[in-house]
Amino acid sequence: MINNGSRVLLEVKGLHASVEGVEILKGVDLTVRAGEVHAIMGVNGSGKSTFSKVLAGHPDYTVTKGSAMFEGKDLFSLEPEERARAGVFLAFQYPVEIPGVSNSALLRLAYNTLQTERGLEELDPLEFDDLLQEKIKIVEMDPGFLSRSVNEGFSGGEKKRNEILQMAVLEPKLAILDETDSGLDIDALRIVASGVNKLLTPDNAVVMVTHYQRLLNYIVPDYVHVMSAGRIVKTGGKELALELEARGYDWLKVAA
Amino acid sequence: MVTREQCFEHLLLGKPPTSEGWLARLRSDAQTSAKALNFPSERHDDWRLTDLSALLQHSFQPVGTLAKLAPKDISGFLIPDTIRLVFVDGSYDAGLSDLTKADGNVDAGALTERLGDKQIEVHFARHAVFSEDAFAALNTSQFDDGAWVQVSGELAAPVHILNISTQRETPSAIYPRALVVMNANSRATVIEDYVGLGDGISFSNAVTEIVMQEHAQLQHVRVQREAKSAFHFGYCAVDAGKGSVYTSTALAFGARVSRHELHVALKGEGSEVTLNGLALIAGRQIADTHTRIDHAVPRCKSNQLHKCIADGSAHAIFSGKIMVHEGALGTDSVQSSRNLLLSGKAHIDTQPQLEIFNDDVSCKHGATIGQIDADALFFLKSRGLTEERARNLLTHAFAAEIIEKIPVPSLVESLGRTILDERMKAGV
Repeated sequence: MINNGSRVLLEVKGLHASVEGVEILKGVDLTVRAGEVHAIMGVNGSGKSTFSKVLAGHPDYTVTKGSAMFEGKDLFSLEPEERARAGVFLAFQYPVEIPGVSNSALLRLAYNTLQTERGLEELDPLEFDDLLQEKIKIVEMDPGFLSRSVNEGFSGGEKKRNEILQMAVLEPKLAILDETDSGLDIDALRIVASGVNKLLTPDNAVVMVTHYQRLLNYIVPDYVHVMSAGRIVKTGGKELALELEARGYDWLKVAA
Repeated sequence: MVTREQCFEHLLLGKPPTSEGWLARLRSDAQTSAKALNFPSERHDDWRLTDLSALLQHSFQPVGTLAKLAPKDISGFLIPDTIRLVFVDGSYDAGLSDLTKADGNVDAGALTERLGDKQIEVHFARHAVFSEDAFAALNTSQFDDGAWVQVSGELAAPVHILNISTQRETPSAIYPRALVVMNANSRATVIEDYVGLGDGISFSNAVTEIVMQEHAQLQHVRVQREAKSAFHFGYCAVDAGKGSVYTSTALAFGARVSRHELHVALKGEGSEVTLNGLALIAGRQIADTHTRIDHAVPRCKSNQLHKCIADGSAHAIFSGKIMVHEGALGTDSVQSSRNLLLSGKAHIDTQPQLEIFNDDVSCKHGATIGQIDADALFFLKSRGLTEERARNLLTHAFAAEIIEKIPVPSLVESLGRTILDERMKAGV
């Protein structure tokens, strides 16, 4: 929902970042306001996944130039856990399996860490279980997954649902969904998308990184950005995604 | 610093309690064996990786007057609903023990009170062969008392053998001992637990013998959580009879230097052994685990998973030998060693070894060594956990796979909590 009067959550200016000495991002600018849904599209290697990881603080990437302010805080001066506590959430393209850590235990640990940060009461396991039973409905997840090790033996779709469950529990202000649609069949895509839609409020925002237009049929973006060679080369409304679907990305290619 | 020989000879000067009959003869033979064997040298293949210089700083005295402990002193170590045998510095403490859960299927108590029992004479020191092992010989010559557990039928309550080192002002030598006889078709859980009070210096030299008669099933849990200033050498010999099923879950958390030797002889056809092991150490700790499984007869199974986790400048050693003897047809054996290094200064040596002397076998073994997974670490941090918390959680998860094999939920829970708490306190 576009409301130019709403407050700015994220403001990225002239962002350059590299991995192992190779520059991937070459001057990204992006402003995200509360209540907005953004889609960042582009071919493989255009830098869109790098952008999401840089915002979350992945240690493999080095910011060489530019800035990212999140609610007035310099995002790049914060550790990944501090960004999470400030309200930034990354849904992973390839969710990590953690044998030996139960899904519910991790969710409670993460939830209580954020509660403490927000000056709120921690929940004991019973209270938290009540909360979880509500949250799993959002992603239509079988409660059996809560007692299993995080993502261990989950199908691709179950892993992605689990990421959205984490988002539902942690209630971030800015959720970055990194190719959350990849590897999903149409039913799983619908469930994941409807989960995200339920979590949208006028106070938070979503940035979806995706290769394909089909996710955007379910989560309708206010803005579509096309990334190419490490920069956003075109920005438009949701109709831009349809144009990309019809015409491909070639017409937007810039020299690297 | 003393030499290995001086250390060992000093230990042999202890004056064990006077014995009579068969035990007096055994003690005397053990004394002779101990003198002949002496401390294995640093060139000995089974000892060359273990740095014992910290141990050799001390000369250990026999335990003098027995410490009198109150129930509150040991309350943190109790496991609810168990048959509890308590040994304080190697001597039985009837007051702290609790046999109310013992039913007609078990005879449990102090060895020295039952020396007339023919079963004890038949089995005692016959499995932990002291003519071949210096520390088994030392224990047999010096021990004060030990646990005796004989099970027939199905024993509902686990047996908890709680060995407490009281950590005196002068370095003291303690000789815990246990003999467990599982009669034919019996089933039980036995927890051997080594704990320390205070932070003085002690040397525990423990020997445990386990006899599995036909079709007996035992869940054997061993927890070594001595003080970080203590030294602990444990030796366990298991004799597995026909169709018996022996499962060991052995954990080493404590002691400055610890060694655990576990020998399982699969002597009865169709017997099965599962060994789960975990050493979780930090600081300057050294934990050495040596296991040996002998497949002596046909159609036995062995399955071993050993994990070492080393932080700080700790050193963990695992040497696991599986011997498949001639004629042990249809042997099925799997061995896996998995290791986690938490710091650049920590050190892990692992030596899985298979020796096979016939054709008709299925044997697999393997070893891995790694660090905390960087992707998992970033994932947890991206969910708000601090670096320390995330590392602890991943470490705990790696350890939990072994700890959770303990069939006593309250112990699983309390050990899990202790590990996390300790690591939090240590700030690692």
